[in-house]
Amino acid sequence: MFLPLSAAKIRWLKVVVFIACLIPALLLGYNVLTNNISGDPVEAMTHVSGEWALRFLLITLAITPLRRLLNLPDLIKFRRMLGLYAFFYAFSHLMVYIVFDQFFDWTAIINDILERKYIFAGMLALVLMIPLAITSTNGWVKRLGGKRWQKLHKLVYLIAIAAVTHFIWLVKADFTEPAIYAFILTVLLVYRLIAHRKKKLTQIKLA
Amino acid sequence: MLIRTRQNNPIRPSEITPEPIYKDRRRFLAGGAALALGLNLAPALAAVTSKNDLPKPFADVATGPYATDEELTDYKSVTTYNNFYEFSTDKQTPAKLAKDFAARPWTISVEGECNNPKKWDIDELIKAFPPEERIYRHRCVEAWSMVVPWIGFELGKLIKHSEPTGNAKFVEFETLYDPERMPGQKAGFFGQVLDWPYREGLRMDEAMHPLTIMTVGLYGEYIPNQNGAPIRLIVPWKYGFKGIKSIVTIRFTEEQPRNTWNVQGPSEYGFYANVNPQVDHPRWSQAKERRIGELLKRPTLMFNGYAEEVADLYTSMDLSKHY
Repeated sequence: MFLPLSAAKIRWLKVVVFIACLIPALLLGYNVLTNNISGDPVEAMTHVSGEWALRFLLITLAITPLRRLLNLPDLIKFRRMLGLYAFFYAFSHLMVYIVFDQFFDWTAIINDILERKYIFAGMLALVLMIPLAITSTNGWVKRLGGKRWQKLHKLVYLIAIAAVTHFIWLVKADFTEPAIYAFILTVLLVYRLIAHRKKKLTQIKLA
Repeated sequence: MLIRTRQNNPIRPSEITPEPIYKDRRRFLAGGAALALGLNLAPALAAVTSKNDLPKPFADVATGPYATDEELTDYKSVTTYNNFYEFSTDKQTPAKLAKDFAARPWTISVEGECNNPKKWDIDELIKAFPPEERIYRHRCVEAWSMVVPWIGFELGKLIKHSEPTGNAKFVEFETLYDPERMPGQKAGFFGQVLDWPYREGLRMDEAMHPLTIMTVGLYGEYIPNQNGAPIRLIVPWKYGFKGIKSIVTIRFTEEQPRNTWNVQGPSEYGFYANVNPQVDHPRWSQAKERRIGELLKRPTLMFNGYAEEVADLYTSMDLSKHY
């Protein structure tokens, strides 16, 4: 259905996607600096960075199914960037919390992590993202070898579950929004389970 | 330290610029921008002007006691950053969705264990109990705070007028239930967000305390719809959710009323809900708060800084149990 794109076109598309992914951060920065936010800019920074971290995580997880369903193998070339953007927004989310919410009060931060399960879940997701971000380069893929690299990067499933759990546990009364993320994540995970089953079945048949 | 907070600034903006001009700064900026760009912004400017011409029915009311001299939270933040789940669960939307809410005519029924029950028209009530300005700290259970120049009268005066009987141990309050006018009350995919109508309650001595006011205005105006028009409760030493909005019923009861957030999360929201930096909400610390307009958090004060006035109401109580 779709023709493979030339290397030059992909390079251009990558620039476009890179800039597009930066728009939420730029808009937020603009609104904070121009005092265009009602009430609490720190709350806005927390919410925007957290929501986009979650969205980019789910977008990253949607790449594999979309490649197959839309017959767009080239999508894989954008996955690393999207995953790194998930890390970028998640890391910003953490920095807002450390700087503006706690102002480097490490005792309070450690207390928060140990005593409040939604913060523990969020922190778990973020910590697990670090090795994936570090090993996202071509060099690391080579160093680890494709198989081991893939195994390591399966952590993304745990990260996404922890991130959505973080959102569900922090809500006070209205669960609609986290439920939407939970639903999308469930679809993406179930797709993989089914794909995995099918693959196993064909392997058995071939054997 | 590169980050300067307002706390460190010895001269407050309100001391330099008179408030009307200060509040008009957007029009001033828009005018300057229009001149600089050579654009014709006349229609936009007219719209801004008419917004500033809101009726100021309480412009001349007396200033009441207990006023804090802390810097007021600006009008825009007070009126666009609102927890009012009857309209929306996010804080910016109530101002938009409540814009056309009709807060007049409005009847408040005072009923229950009293000898003088009465259905009050809101303006009749305001006439009977002339309001005054009360500048209070306002601390939300979510760990943010404001300083608001409320306009209100002491609930105690209305209570005395209603002649509660010896059985009246508590006062229960109810918000209007009308999903057509308050869209947040409509059931969503997961049912109702809260158990409507919103209910709150006070012990009789808390309700009689002179700090407790029935609030009908702020910044000299009628209270905006998104802040709980036409009448709401303000109990400044308690978390904001005790300040029930758009009240239609005040009822004297013998039993302790069940308040909405306590029903929603008994381990997270108590009946008393006194501001207490030592008793954390299970999901966040209450030791500090962010004053809206400031970047970094400041310490939260016991009873929100009103300990001298109210601490003796709770002397024999374990406040970590009765949170």
